[in-house]
Amino acid sequence: MAVPLLEVAGLRAAYGRAEVLFGATLSLRRGEVVALMGRNGAGKSTTLRAIMGLLAPTGGTVAFEGRAVTGWEPYRIARLGLGYVPEERRIFTDLTVYENLEVGRKAPTDGRRPWTAETLFSIFPNLAEMRGRRASAMSGGEQQMLTIARTLMGNPHAVLLDEPSEGLAPVIVEQMAEAVLRMKREGIAVLLCEQNLYFASAVSDRAYVIEKGAIRFEGTMAQLEADEGVREAYLTV
Amino acid sequence: MDPAFLVLQSLSGLASASSLFVIASGLTIVFGVTRIVNFAHGSFYMLGAYIAVTVVPRLLDLSYSPAAFFLGVLISALVVGLIGVAVEVLLLRRIYRVPELFQLLATFGIVLVVEDLVLKVWGPVDLAGPRAPALRHGVEIMGQRFPAYELVLIGVGPLVLGLLWLLMHRTRFGVLIRAATQDRDMVGALGVNQARLFTLTLFLGASLAGLGGALQIPRVPANSHMDLAVITDAFVVTVIGGMGSVPGAFLAALLIGQLQAFGILVFPKATLVLVFALMAVVLVVKPWGLLGRPEAGSGRVLPPEGILALRRFRPPEAALAAVAVAALLALPLLGDAYKVKVATEILIFALAAFSLQFLVGVGGLVSFGHAAYFGLGAYAAGLLVTGPLKAPMALALLAAPLAAGAGAALFGFFIVRLSGIYLAMLTLAFAQIVYAVCFQWVEVTGGDNGVVGVWPAPWAANRTVYFYLVAAVALCAILGLRRMIYAPFGYTLRAARDSATRAEAIGLGVRAHRWLAFTLAGAAAGLAGGLYAFQKGSIDPTLTAIPLSIDLLVMVLVGGIQTVMGPLVGAAFFHALKDAVMPLTEFWRLLLGLAIIATVLAFPRGLAGAADAIRGRMGRAKPAAASA
Repeated sequence: MAVPLLEVAGLRAAYGRAEVLFGATLSLRRGEVVALMGRNGAGKSTTLRAIMGLLAPTGGTVAFEGRAVTGWEPYRIARLGLGYVPEERRIFTDLTVYENLEVGRKAPTDGRRPWTAETLFSIFPNLAEMRGRRASAMSGGEQQMLTIARTLMGNPHAVLLDEPSEGLAPVIVEQMAEAVLRMKREGIAVLLCEQNLYFASAVSDRAYVIEKGAIRFEGTMAQLEADEGVREAYLTV
Repeated sequence: MDPAFLVLQSLSGLASASSLFVIASGLTIVFGVTRIVNFAHGSFYMLGAYIAVTVVPRLLDLSYSPAAFFLGVLISALVVGLIGVAVEVLLLRRIYRVPELFQLLATFGIVLVVEDLVLKVWGPVDLAGPRAPALRHGVEIMGQRFPAYELVLIGVGPLVLGLLWLLMHRTRFGVLIRAATQDRDMVGALGVNQARLFTLTLFLGASLAGLGGALQIPRVPANSHMDLAVITDAFVVTVIGGMGSVPGAFLAALLIGQLQAFGILVFPKATLVLVFALMAVVLVVKPWGLLGRPEAGSGRVLPPEGILALRRFRPPEAALAAVAVAALLALPLLGDAYKVKVATEILIFALAAFSLQFLVGVGGLVSFGHAAYFGLGAYAAGLLVTGPLKAPMALALLAAPLAAGAGAALFGFFIVRLSGIYLAMLTLAFAQIVYAVCFQWVEVTGGDNGVVGVWPAPWAANRTVYFYLVAAVALCAILGLRRMIYAPFGYTLRAARDSATRAEAIGLGVRAHRWLAFTLAGAAAGLAGGLYAFQKGSIDPTLTAIPLSIDLLVMVLVGGIQTVMGPLVGAAFFHALKDAVMPLTEFWRLLLGLAIIATVLAFPRGLAGAADAIRGRMGRAKPAAASA
């Protein structure tokens, strides 16, 4: 089997003296959508932050595109083609929708045709209508779309997507699922943090379950759906 | 009043506003992106003026034309921009993640270094610049003459604002600056090299400061005091406008320009006070300035810098402290008069530094203007004994802490409403008010010369007797403050420092406690100031000035900001060193500046962080315990 696009082994991370991750191991292959599931505080977001370099890992390794990127600055990891969509969205609210996309713009590292604001507007028609408007005037769902679009402007090969369905109306969640599937069709791999099993199962090929900072389950999405024991133990609230 | 006069006055206000905006816009852009309040911005401004008085005349020799003049101004600005790049790459880049107090001190270190270098390169004499060709005449406006160059300056402000607007909205660099001002970590996660962005931002900011300085040369000769004079004005503009907001800076500069132009008619002696009073009012009504916004929760998660764990002296430490005090008290028996003088000053500064540590280390209130209260005490005592009252020394020493405490209560009322960098800026602004009053109110304070003849009462006139008096008073005051640190009052302050919201949530009155702490610390500093006035025999405005505030912070820092008694050691070390080294070198400021910068670079996570690192290296997992 080919080397995975993203390979995380024994990743450890801490906030000050509070350790959060105790050796998470997972991988993401080219073009697949993988869900990282778990309850609040299980370590999902921390895993993504540590992969991205936003939080310096205290142990373990991260390899992306066959290169060891552990401890790299976030911008260098991003330039290798890893995109990051944070849970809090972190839209630049002082900037217009178009300017937000401009901040994310980055030339593709392979020969692919780059994403442009216009192609993204065709996927997210809501954004097209408000391109000149300040991002502070957007609804939560629109902001979530903007963060995804902003990340795609960087022409990533893989995207770390943190709880895209959180706090959104069901109709918007549907659109989010559409967006994830669209990325998959474009050949972009997605590592998706989710608590919403319905959403995750609609888009993911495989799943990991994390609890107390370590991976407790690994398998296909179908296996997870069939395994009531795992779901009871780690996912239901 | 004559309408023509009012129009001209207003125009002259616009010219000052324009100059001020050019400088402040650079400061606010740099702050927005790097979150560093850059004292060195004043140095950039000064360098702009000095480089322009060097470059512009050469160009005018080649071609005596306005084009050559303004080309020289632009070249000066760009050279300063490159100096800004050097400062970013060599220093600022290394301190983006250190506590604010350390950042401010490090950039102040640059100020000290540049001041001495400027004196070395250009000499101590003020250098008048050439006037702009074709703009030397006056233009007739409503029957009055107004300098043509000032009219050009009035145009420069809006021109720079317009160019900056285009840069910020029409270029990728500008969009990235605006994005980074809001959330620089997210900008990094999107693939933007922050280091490069910051370097370019410093180039832009320093160029604007240099431009501001270079444009001043026909109006003001280049001199080595321009840096601190302009930096406080620029701070005030950025704070009133909202830190990080360019349009806010423009608005604030206009306000201040007009306030100064017309304020001088109403209160000719109080122009400086008016400006700072405006700042205080704005901050109380809009704590983040006119167009600023609350700092987003992005980024900085730093442990508080200060006393983290209290413990009492262990027996060996108590013995050591007793020996140190005994040695100090025995000094007059052994040393000569000079040593007694130095020891007396050390005791006085120990009290002042300890009172600052009470604010910073315990209360988390980073004051950049603690000299104000020291100076208030000194002036209260000095004026009482020399003024018409001819009060006795005992009364004066009682009045010193009372006056300083009253001043601290008044200023503190506003200061404790703020936090972080805005709080530091307001303490600085209030200190500048005190300085301005001492400097401008010549009839009472003697202005720049101060007042001489502040001698102790006859019974304490002997140096040794005065030394013991100071020792008794200072030690009692220090022990009193120390008692408060260990009392529930001190615990409350530390709780409020670590998390104001959580402290409020458990029912602690954060603001009231901070206010009281500020007042107490001010009173203690005032007592030290009173003692100092009699020690020195005179008072003058330097006792209230920024360099003394910085000295006190350095004492706290050197002694250990996370220790209770460390600042006393810091005061002794720093004052003794200063006393020994300063007469030997003409580069005291340069050395001090480099020492400050080195300290900040050596302990990038703060001193507490360094202690943690050492503990980590020694492999002990014990929780941090600060020395008592």
